[in-house]
Amino acid sequence: MSGWLIRGARIAGGPPADIHIAGGAIAQTGAGPGAAAGAQVLDADGLVALPGLVDLHTHLREPGREDAETVETGTRAAALGGFTAVHAMANTEPVADTAGVVEQVWRLGNQAGYCDVRPVGAVTVGLGGTQLAELGAMADSAAGVRVFSDDGKCVADSLLMRRALEYVKAFDGVIAQHAQDPRLTEGAQLNEGEVSGRLGLAGWPAAAEEAVIARDCLLAAHVGSALHVCHVSTAGSVEIIRWAKSKGWRVTAEVTPHHLLLTDELAEGYDPVYKVNPPLRTQADVAGLRAGLADGTIDCVATDHAPHPVEAKETEWAAAAHGMTGLETALRVVQAAMVDTGLLDWAGVADRMSVRPARIGRLTGHGNPLVAGAPANLTLYDPGAPPEIVDPAAHASKSRNTPFAGMPLPGRVVATFLRGVPTVLDGKALDGKALDGKALDGKAAR
Amino acid sequence: MKRHLISAADLTRDDALLILDTAAELAGVAARPIKKLPTLRGRTVVNLFFEDSTRTRISFEAAAKRLSADVINFSAKGSSVAKGESLKDTALTLEAMGADAVVIRHSASGAAHRLAEWVRGSVVNAGDGTHEHPTQALLDAFTIRQRLARQGAVPDGRDVPHDLRDAGPDGRGAALDGVRVTIVGDVLHGRVARSNVLLLSTLGAEVTLVAPPTLLPFAVGSWPCSVGYDLDAELPKSDVVMMLRVQQERMTAAYFPTIREYRRRYGLDAGRMALLPGHAIVMHPGPMNRGMEIAADVADSPRSTVVDQVANGVTVRMAVLYLLLGGAEAAS
Ligand SMILES: [Zn+2]
Repeated sequence: MSGWLIRGARIAGGPPADIHIAGGAIAQTGAGPGAAAGAQVLDADGLVALPGLVDLHTHLREPGREDAETVETGTRAAALGGFTAVHAMANTEPVADTAGVVEQVWRLGNQAGYCDVRPVGAVTVGLGGTQLAELGAMADSAAGVRVFSDDGKCVADSLLMRRALEYVKAFDGVIAQHAQDPRLTEGAQLNEGEVSGRLGLAGWPAAAEEAVIARDCLLAAHVGSALHVCHVSTAGSVEIIRWAKSKGWRVTAEVTPHHLLLTDELAEGYDPVYKVNPPLRTQADVAGLRAGLADGTIDCVATDHAPHPVEAKETEWAAAAHGMTGLETALRVVQAAMVDTGLLDWAGVADRMSVRPARIGRLTGHGNPLVAGAPANLTLYDPGAPPEIVDPAAHASKSRNTPFAGMPLPGRVVATFLRGVPTVLDGKALDGKALDGKALDGKAAR
Repeated sequence: MKRHLISAADLTRDDALLILDTAAELAGVAARPIKKLPTLRGRTVVNLFFEDSTRTRISFEAAAKRLSADVINFSAKGSSVAKGESLKDTALTLEAMGADAVVIRHSASGAAHRLAEWVRGSVVNAGDGTHEHPTQALLDAFTIRQRLARQGAVPDGRDVPHDLRDAGPDGRGAALDGVRVTIVGDVLHGRVARSNVLLLSTLGAEVTLVAPPTLLPFAVGSWPCSVGYDLDAELPKSDVVMMLRVQQERMTAAYFPTIREYRRRYGLDAGRMALLPGHAIVMHPGPMNRGMEIAADVADSPRSTVVDQVANGVTVRMAVLYLLLGGAEAAS
């Protein structure tokens, strides 16, 4: 029978060990016997093995904006970044607010075969913020939706938010909120602060995020539901979430790689590659976010991978689209911001980029410790690879809007395995066609 | 000097003085029967206006023509730009036409910045969104220097502005050290105030912003100026008071309650003007809302420099084009 023997990998940063993979699962770990007959051997000396990364926040753009990304190109980018599961955000065209659309996205993910695609369902019809979408139908569909979000827009109406939080309790759902008070951020372009004042760009005040998070925490507590806070971007938000967690409320949160590393000063040249929502904040916010991720107040890193075609960014700042790509650089950015700074060890990275996001997304097949019997979803990463300049042209994403372009980042994703089948080997994605079927063997995609 | 003029922050004190002194030199041209110099003959200046501003466009056009440059006016209205052509494509078109300088006015902050990345010619920012309008600041500085020097205005008992006292009738060679300038009105949405704070402070002036707190940018405390909310308290110590246009629409967005209240707290009428020292001047970048931020009798008073500002606008823009396009070499 076929299979893999991964030799000498440091599981979650631990001592070197061998990982035997057979039939889509981990057969054995540790200094065991040699390779099983027919097994391929991968020398992982010096590499860290992590459970396959899980992204709670990915914009795959299909259906509707295939010029920016497709499920296939986006999931290939995800695999190259070390991900084995991604949650596809609902702001497609049409919006993923029905069982039909979420099943379409889920099927496209299965066909591409690079990683498991978990569609996120819209909370309100057409992201319109006025009427609940058929959340139950999406939950019961083949896609088995558990995470619901109007991401890109905030569920601003307090009553509607309360109802949504309450309603999804019936199927163990979670509402992922894009926290942004719409009135406080009309026309907002950049973090409201010294830089926005100097550049004459309309400010996006931290309070517009924090106020919504505080309200939502109170609502979640009141109805006993699960709230997930998308892309936390301010130090103040971290404080509020820390307080809510101290009360024992069911609140989880994510932070993006770019908010862990970049600040609003990058907007000085008015290059819209740095335009994102919520906006890049200040150094003090970056410090607060890093501390929050380190102490677990922020549960996970989520990319908010938001591809855009060139013309959406090659424009004046105010006319440009919000968003940055992030799948292919996420782990390297986390190494730079969290590991190389001593804030998080590799076990911590495994927790924040796989275990906890899988738990929040109600994914049982992902985010499991790399022990015998677990699905063979894993990422091999070389943290010692010499820092390399990020080159957007080399990215598998269809879009080039990475804010890390031209920056040296440490590390390299060497290989990604999805249920025992490599999607990436030696840093290169394998042909999707070759993967078809194989990676789906253990089909229980959730 | 840099190749472009995008922000008043691009100018060192020496750059700014060079422009002002060159303008003083060129001011003589306006007085001649034939108001033309051959300096920029064969050079092309494009006026790229994405936003209506007849005053500014005419000023730049007159400046370029007096230097004998070829002028192309490119108005975005009704053109391919209105049909969705991007700023970048427009820039490439200008490149193909061989523009030596592009004067750009745009509703988006940073548009001039972006354009400068895409064209080889010099870019002059004629107003970008709520960011900057550096030639307005230059003409304001020129006007302040000219007026105060002409009046020989030195407030008694103050040791400033020395430079101006000694500079001669047109203020040539002098900076604005110690001149107290109070700028009043919508600083948040205005590009004039931002450029003026940068340039006037570079030239040594002491700038104070006065506005309702809602119309001041966040973190204005980090700007090289002071801030006050009480106009009556600032006027007696001002050498210059500059009134900014306040759009009535701001009221509906709750920046202030009513026009009447705004006028009462921040408008300059004759009674308030009497609080100014005798030598002080009143400025307005135009277009004025008479009866709103400035009363008609103030706008038309001898203290008002409004007409001078328009005339000086042409002269200062001549100086900017002359210096950016290497007029000195072209002339020799
Ligand atoms: Zn969002």
